Amino acid sequence: MYKKKIYKTRFLMPALIIYFIFFLVPVIAGIGYSFTNWNSMRPEIKFVGLRNYIEIFNPKNSYLLAIKNTFVFTVTSAIGKIGFGLLLALFFNRKFPSQQLLRGIYFMPFAISSLIIGIVFSSVLAPDGVLNAILSSVGLESITRGWLTNKSSALPSVISVEIWKSIGLNMVIFLAGLQMIDREYYEAASLDGAGKWALFRHITAPFLLPSITINLILNTIHGLKVFDIVMSLTNGGPGNTTQVINTFVFKTYGMGAYGLSNALSTFICIVTMIIALCTLKIIAPKEA
Amino acid sequence: MTRKQKRICNQAISAIVGWIFSFIVLIPFAVILINSFKNQRESASMSLSLPKEGWMLSNYQTVVQEGNMLRAFFNSTLIAGMCVIFCIVFSSMAAFVIHRRRTKFHSFVFYLFFAGLIAPVNYITTLQILKFLHLSGTYAGIIIVNVALGIPFATFLIYNFITNIPIELDEASIIDGADIRKLFFLVIFPLLKPITITATTLTFISCWNDFMTPLYILNSSQKWGMILTVYNYWGFLSQDWGKICAVIVLTLLPILILYICMQKYIIAGMTSGAVKG
Repeated sequence: MYKKKIYKTRFLMPALIIYFIFFLVPVIAGIGYSFTNWNSMRPEIKFVGLRNYIEIFNPKNSYLLAIKNTFVFTVTSAIGKIGFGLLLALFFNRKFPSQQLLRGIYFMPFAISSLIIGIVFSSVLAPDGVLNAILSSVGLESITRGWLTNKSSALPSVISVEIWKSIGLNMVIFLAGLQMIDREYYEAASLDGAGKWALFRHITAPFLLPSITINLILNTIHGLKVFDIVMSLTNGGPGNTTQVINTFVFKTYGMGAYGLSNALSTFICIVTMIIALCTLKIIAPKEA
Repeated sequence: MTRKQKRICNQAISAIVGWIFSFIVLIPFAVILINSFKNQRESASMSLSLPKEGWMLSNYQTVVQEGNMLRAFFNSTLIAGMCVIFCIVFSSMAAFVIHRRRTKFHSFVFYLFFAGLIAPVNYITTLQILKFLHLSGTYAGIIIVNVALGIPFATFLIYNFITNIPIELDEASIIDGADIRKLFFLVIFPLLKPITITATTLTFISCWNDFMTPLYILNSSQKWGMILTVYNYWGFLSQDWGKICAVIVLTLLPILILYICMQKYIIAGMTSGAVKG
């Protein structure tokens, strides 16, 4: 009773109202509009049922390809980020000179806009770019190519750039997990004759489980929402091979097909929510 | 070799390996920095070689004078600055009440905010709401949308921190006759300083780097921040990499300075979830 008097709910209201009007209402309204033929060319909006969704899943259109690309992007980039991030974290989890500075360098891309990273790499990965120059200088001329203009290498290149950007973040989260492990565990286990692999398997790995969960969730959510980096690296090309859901949301919005665009946004929204909740449900109880 | 020698040797190897691999991160930045000092012909190849025809500053002069970079810097600072102020104050007020009350309604609000960490934004309908409120294309419009996007993460971060502030402190101030406004702004908010610094830095960076929101919401280039200006520049200057690089360097500079000064707080913020599990 006394709590109600002191901690007045109106103190919560500014945040809740702004968040409600400018985030939640648009998301919910978007779900509603995804069942309409809302279009910039047409004055009236009519309910059309699932027609936009049928359009999305029609194999004649490229939307299915974008959905597939988004999933490939999300899964492979998440695995890459976690793998390399973990390696780096294990590397940084011991003392050596200039360690702080180096860690700062590896984490730096986190602070930089994906759009700019995309622009920078569109030059690095160009046919006459720095990557090809480096490859030729070490005698690997045979694999040089226009990394982003070649249909088979475009999507893997985009994924690699994304991994490059986020290794640092994954590393920092893993490091926080590693630093919670008491040195004494290792000492005790070594005395009992445990080898390096056994130490990793039985001490490090269980302690890292929470950080793996966090990284997995962050990487998945981030991956499904990908937009900036694709816009600046390939703009969906060559020939739709790197098109993702969000680039189509923007494209259909540009064409004025708002109903369809909302259906695509709603689709990612639902998929993201389901995946995030499932990961939380499946993995979270094991941590305890 | 003695044990000590062996340890020093291992440390040296680690440092060397670490520096060698750091080139993977550093080379792209080096390319941008070097080419920003080259003329159009030389920068066309975007190579790592140093400028042969002299280091020139004219790219920077041109983009600042003609490219509206000062205006863009002002816009970015205004939008991110205002966004941070509202976002942090409102989020910490909300986090405080949610943490102290813990009724069904309050934990429901908490989960609503949590959903905002996961669900993607719908810009098309957000734009409709801004139009309806006559806020579309205004500074107020983009600031308020950015505040809405920042609230979930900031509330979450601050909520975790408030857990450590004993409730006895509240009781003591209330006995001294403070109401919630005095209690929060004079007692609690100052104690939140470590986490508000972290939340401020992270919100500022994500707002400054945001590309999608202004892309959908701001149609007038007069209000564009630095990121959208870079994008626009890159679109119509695609042949003049020297100038594009200069624009990129100017855009990265403020954020890298912030990153270097605030690294400790950024890491603390990004790992607070991992430590809690």
